[in-house]
Amino acid sequence: MNTGIPIEYFLVTATLMFFAGVYGFVTRKNLITMLMSVELMLNAVNINFLVFNRYLFPGQLEGHFFSLFVIAVAAAEAAVAIALIINIYRNFQSIDVEKTDEMKF
Amino acid sequence: MNLDSFLLMRHEMVLTIITLMVLIADLSFNEEKKIKVIWLATALFAINTIIGFLPNISGNLFGNMYKNTDLQWTMKNILNLGVLVVLLQSVEWLKSADNKYKISEFYLLVFSTLIGMQFMISSGSFLMLYLGLELATIPMAALAAYDRYRHHSAEAGIKLILSAAMSSAVLLLGITLIYGTTGSTYFDVVALKYANIPLQTLAFIFFFSGMAFKISLVPFHLWTADVYEGAPVNVTSYLSVISKGASAFILIIVLFTVFNSISMIWKPLLYIISVLTMTIGNLFAIRQQNMKRFLAFSSIAQAGFILLGIIGASSIGMTSVVYFVFVYIFSNLGAFGVVSVIYYKTQKENMDDYNGLYHTNPKLSLIMMLALFSLAGIPPVAGYFGKFFLFTAAASSGYYWLVFIAVLNATISLYYYLLVVKAMFINKSETPIAYFKTDVPAKIALSICVLGIFFIGFFSIIYQYLESISFGI
Repeated sequence: MNTGIPIEYFLVTATLMFFAGVYGFVTRKNLITMLMSVELMLNAVNINFLVFNRYLFPGQLEGHFFSLFVIAVAAAEAAVAIALIINIYRNFQSIDVEKTDEMKF
Repeated sequence: MNLDSFLLMRHEMVLTIITLMVLIADLSFNEEKKIKVIWLATALFAINTIIGFLPNISGNLFGNMYKNTDLQWTMKNILNLGVLVVLLQSVEWLKSADNKYKISEFYLLVFSTLIGMQFMISSGSFLMLYLGLELATIPMAALAAYDRYRHHSAEAGIKLILSAAMSSAVLLLGITLIYGTTGSTYFDVVALKYANIPLQTLAFIFFFSGMAFKISLVPFHLWTADVYEGAPVNVTSYLSVISKGASAFILIIVLFTVFNSISMIWKPLLYIISVLTMTIGNLFAIRQQNMKRFLAFSSIAQAGFILLGIIGASSIGMTSVVYFVFVYIFSNLGAFGVVSVIYYKTQKENMDDYNGLYHTNPKLSLIMMLALFSLAGIPPVAGYFGKFFLFTAAASSGYYWLVFIAVLNATISLYYYLLVVKAMFINKSETPIAYFKTDVPAKIALSICVLGIFFIGFFSIIYQYLESISFGI
């Protein structure tokens, strides 16, 4: 089952991707970029699922299935989020998060 | 598996059929007839609620991915009742000219989120839990942005979808680590292999953070107030009651069945979060002027009280949580019902606008007062019993200090609930809200709420039934 590349390489990549996504989500001001950051996080999670399945539990398929569902749900989420971003653009003439601050404490 | 076993999923199946029927009706009705969708959908949903109360069957489906016992069944019935009240309250709002062309969208979105919540409650594996959660969240964002030309509503939608996406990514990271350490996503297999090792603790914390977002516990509550204020009133009441109730149900099930072997880790965690949630929710509620924002913070504080029942990890705790949510549905929907009736008649939603309401609209003020008393937990009404059982559950496991803090918080909450009562009954106003007639569906909804607030507390059979189906660790 060993394909040559140790499992740690994949896990480190996935972790880096996930937290790059978190960093992007927190720091970016553009709504589309924030959405892209979330997608990056979801992809990192997918790598985790696949790697765990392939290396640790090669006899079963749960991880593969799960990542397929995550991809499908992420697509649905992106569709709704982009629709809402277009709606924000029509209302505020901008997709900068700093502009969507009409409600605050 | 034969065809009969699909009857196990009766709640979800009937609801799916209703959703499709509403969709077809919307396609086949012409412009003038569109308004009939309201009656069709409400009537169909009332039938669905009644079907839900028929005797149930317990069992598993899809290789333990879907579980149904009396407990899940009851939780779904409670949610159905709440949604029925929400639908009745929103009839008048949907009839307005702005919403004429998108009536059925409201029903489709509400029904799909409800299907998601019901699958989530019945889930027997993390995959089902995740799918249910997303099905309950993504259409919810579209619902929050329902008044899409109103700035606040558009803003609420985008805030909800982005924070929900972020939180579900964190939740998924938790699930991957759970999968990586146990080799399964099924609850019963995971429960056997869970132990107090660092990676599994980390996985649990990620998972819990994701869930805490949905119930809006304190470090993760920042989206709540904005979304609740921006969304249309009826959507807010749906979000604050049904969505929160469903997430609380699944959280307690997962904590008790999957993570029971690491209860010494999540108990201190819940202790801290519960204290923070109650206190911060209450303190922020005091300074709110907008009624929706006010109720948003009050519902954050109520979530803190719910944790009190979970922390005991006993079957009394689970009973008290289900009971509390049942009562909370009626009390909060009563309060939101009055707010929505007033908002759609007069476009007013600030606390100052309620000054002198008792002199012009005595019945509405009385209902509002009852609902707020129930939320605060004043003796004759059901909210008192709900809080009392939660406190009992925590105290019987020895959390006396937590109960003490909770009682203090209940006192603080009494202060701000009474501010509204004072505004309605004592404050004078030059221009009070004029007298108006409430429409019939909203009247029915408010009457159901009042009946619930009064009688759930007195019928001990409800509590006994819930106790017979609950379990502890």
